Amino acid sequence: MLERITRLHSGRAWLVFAVTIASLTVLVPLLAQISVGNSPLIGEATVLLLGKFACYAMVAIAVDLVWGFAGILSLGHGVFFALGGYCMGMNLMLSMAGQGVYRSKLPDFMVFLDWKELPWFWHGFSNLIFAGVMALLVPMALAVAIGYLAFRSRIRGVYLSLITQALTLAAMLLFFRNETGFGGNNGLTDFKQVYGYSLAQSSTKLAIYILAMLAFALVYLLGQFIVKSRFGLVLRAVRDAEAKARFCGYDTLRFKLTIWTISAGICGLAGAFYVPLVGIINPSEMQPSNSIEMVIWVAVGGRGTLVGAAIGAAVINAAKSWFTAAAPDAWLFILGAIFVMVTILLPDGLISLLAKRRVSRS
Amino acid sequence: MVALAQFLPNALKAGPAVSRESGAKARVSRWPAKVDASRALNAQSRAVNALLCIDDISVSFDGFHAITDLTLIFNRGELRSIIGPNGAGKTTLMDVITGKTRPDKGTVFFVHDLDDLTALSEHQIVRKGIGRKFQRPTVFQAHTVRENIELAIAGNKSVTHLLFSGLSKAQAQRVDECLENVGLTEKAKGIAGTLSHGEKQWLEIGMLLAQDPRVLLVDEPVAGMTSSEVEKTSVLLRSLRKRHTVVVVEHDMEFVRSLESDCVTVLHEGRVLAEGSLSEVQSDRRVVEVYLGE
Repeated sequence: MLERITRLHSGRAWLVFAVTIASLTVLVPLLAQISVGNSPLIGEATVLLLGKFACYAMVAIAVDLVWGFAGILSLGHGVFFALGGYCMGMNLMLSMAGQGVYRSKLPDFMVFLDWKELPWFWHGFSNLIFAGVMALLVPMALAVAIGYLAFRSRIRGVYLSLITQALTLAAMLLFFRNETGFGGNNGLTDFKQVYGYSLAQSSTKLAIYILAMLAFALVYLLGQFIVKSRFGLVLRAVRDAEAKARFCGYDTLRFKLTIWTISAGICGLAGAFYVPLVGIINPSEMQPSNSIEMVIWVAVGGRGTLVGAAIGAAVINAAKSWFTAAAPDAWLFILGAIFVMVTILLPDGLISLLAKRRVSRS
Repeated sequence: MVALAQFLPNALKAGPAVSRESGAKARVSRWPAKVDASRALNAQSRAVNALLCIDDISVSFDGFHAITDLTLIFNRGELRSIIGPNGAGKTTLMDVITGKTRPDKGTVFFVHDLDDLTALSEHQIVRKGIGRKFQRPTVFQAHTVRENIELAIAGNKSVTHLLFSGLSKAQAQRVDECLENVGLTEKAKGIAGTLSHGEKQWLEIGMLLAQDPRVLLVDEPVAGMTSSEVEKTSVLLRSLRKRHTVVVVEHDMEFVRSLESDCVTVLHEGRVLAEGSLSEVQSDRRVVEVYLGE
C-alpha cells in the first residue's frame, strides 16, 4: 500500500509537488507575517484569495474525476459544494449563539422569522466534528440517490448533464425559501468565530487557509491514487466503451456510482473550507452558471489530468478576480473567449503547453 | 442426423444426467433462480458432455419473431459453427446468451449449476464464464494493448479490490501469455487505437482469452480481414477448442470449412433447420433450398 502511494509520482514530480505544497502552506503564511514598512509582503486579502483557489481546485479535481476519467459530465456539482458549505455554515451560526444582533440562542434569521426553537435538522451541528462529517456525508448521500437512479436507468451524456443541471437549480429554489430553514435568500453569514477562535483575527484566517491547502494536497493525492489504480483503468474503460467494459465482467454501475459519490464528497469538503474563508454561504452558490463555470475550469486546465484541472481552476479564478475589478461587465465575455480559444487552440488544455515543452526538450 | 429439437418431447422422462463440477468456483455472489433442466437434458449420449443449454427460447421484437422455440446444447470443448441467412436469428441468439436481450420465454443455463442466466445482468453472465467477441472489433482505443488485456483478465472485479490491489503475479503472467498467443507482444505498449483492423480483432480475441471463459461466442470474426489474416484467425480459433467451448457465427462458408467444426448448426427464421457435420448439413435438402442453393 505504502509502495503504491510512493509510486504515484516519479521522484521529480514528487519534488515539484512537495515544493509547491510547502511554499503554499509555509512560505505564504510566513510572508504574510513579515511587514515591510506598513504593509505585509502578502496581504490578508491575497491569502484568502489563495485559500479560495485551493477550494476551487478541489472542486476542479472532483469534476475532473467524473468527467475526465469516467465520462460523466456534471453540470450540477455546485450543489454538492454548496451543501458542504451549508453544513459548515450551520456550525458557524450555532457557535456564535448569544452573540447575534438579537442576543438569542437561535441564529438571527430564525429570530427574525419568529421561530422559537431550532429545527430538528440543525441539531448536532454545534459540534464542529459532526458538521465536518456531515459536510462530506450529505453531498455523498445526495450523490448516491441521484447517481443510482440515473446510472441504473443507463442515463448518460447530455441527458445526465441536464438532470444534474436541473438538480442544482431545484436545490437553489428550495434553499431560497425561508421555510426551508437555511436563511433563505441571505443564506448564512455574519460569522463570528470558528471552534472558539475569532474570525476577526488574521491568525485564524491564516490557519483556515493552511488547512484548506493541506486538504487540497490530500484531495489531489487521493485523486492520483484513484486514477492510477486498476479502478482508474476500468473507469477510463467505462468512459470510452461502457458496453465493452460490461462485457469484460465489470459492474459499470458501481464504478460510476463510486467515483460520482467520491467526487461529491470532495466538493462538500471544498465547500466546508470555502465558507469560513469567504464568510458567507447563500443559495446563489447553487446557480447553474456556477456549476458550468466549474466545468470550464477543467476544460481550460486540461480534462483528464488532475494537475491540469487544478491549474485551470486557479488560472480562471485569478483572471476572474482581476477582471471583475478592472472590467466587471466584460468578465463573462472574457470567460467565454478563453473557453472558446482553449477549446480550439489547446483541446487538451493549458496543461498540454507543459507537456509539449517537455516533449520538445527531449 | 436429427435436429435436437425433435427428440426433446421424450426428454421429459429423463432427469439431469450431469454431476456438479467440483472445481467450479462460485463467482457470483447473488444466487439466481435455478432452472428446471429436465426438459432440455436427457440420457442421449451427446448430452452427457453438455456444457451450456439454450432451452426453448423465443424472442420477438414488435411482433417479428426473431427466435422461435429454439433449443441448442453446446458441448464441453467443442468448436461449433452457427450459420444461416440474414435474419435467421444468429445475432439475437448471441444477445440472449450474453444478457443483452431478454427472451420472451425459455432459459439459458450451464449444466453444472443450473442457474438461469436470463435472469442475470450482463457482467454477471460474463463472470459465469461466457465471453463474446463482437462483429466489429471493440477494444478500448485509448488504452495500451497491454492495458486492454489487463482489463479483461479473469479475477476479482469488484470496486474495492481494484482500488486497493494491483495485478497478482499469476495475472501478470497470464497477460503476457495472452499477448503472446495473439501475437501482440511487441505492440503491448502501443495505443490500441493505432492497431490495424486485423490486429484489433486479435486483441479482442486476446482479451477473451484473458477472461478465460467456458464458452467463447465469436460473431463473424473474419469480416473485413485479408486472406492471410483469415487463415491466422482460423488457426487461432481451432487452437482454442478443448480448453474452451468455441461458438462461431459466420456467413463465410469457406471459413466455416477451414474451422473443421465438430458440429454445424443451421438457423433459419429463428429455428434450427439442421445440425451435424458440415458435409451432412450441406447435403440436407432444406438447407440447400434456403441457404446454400441460392
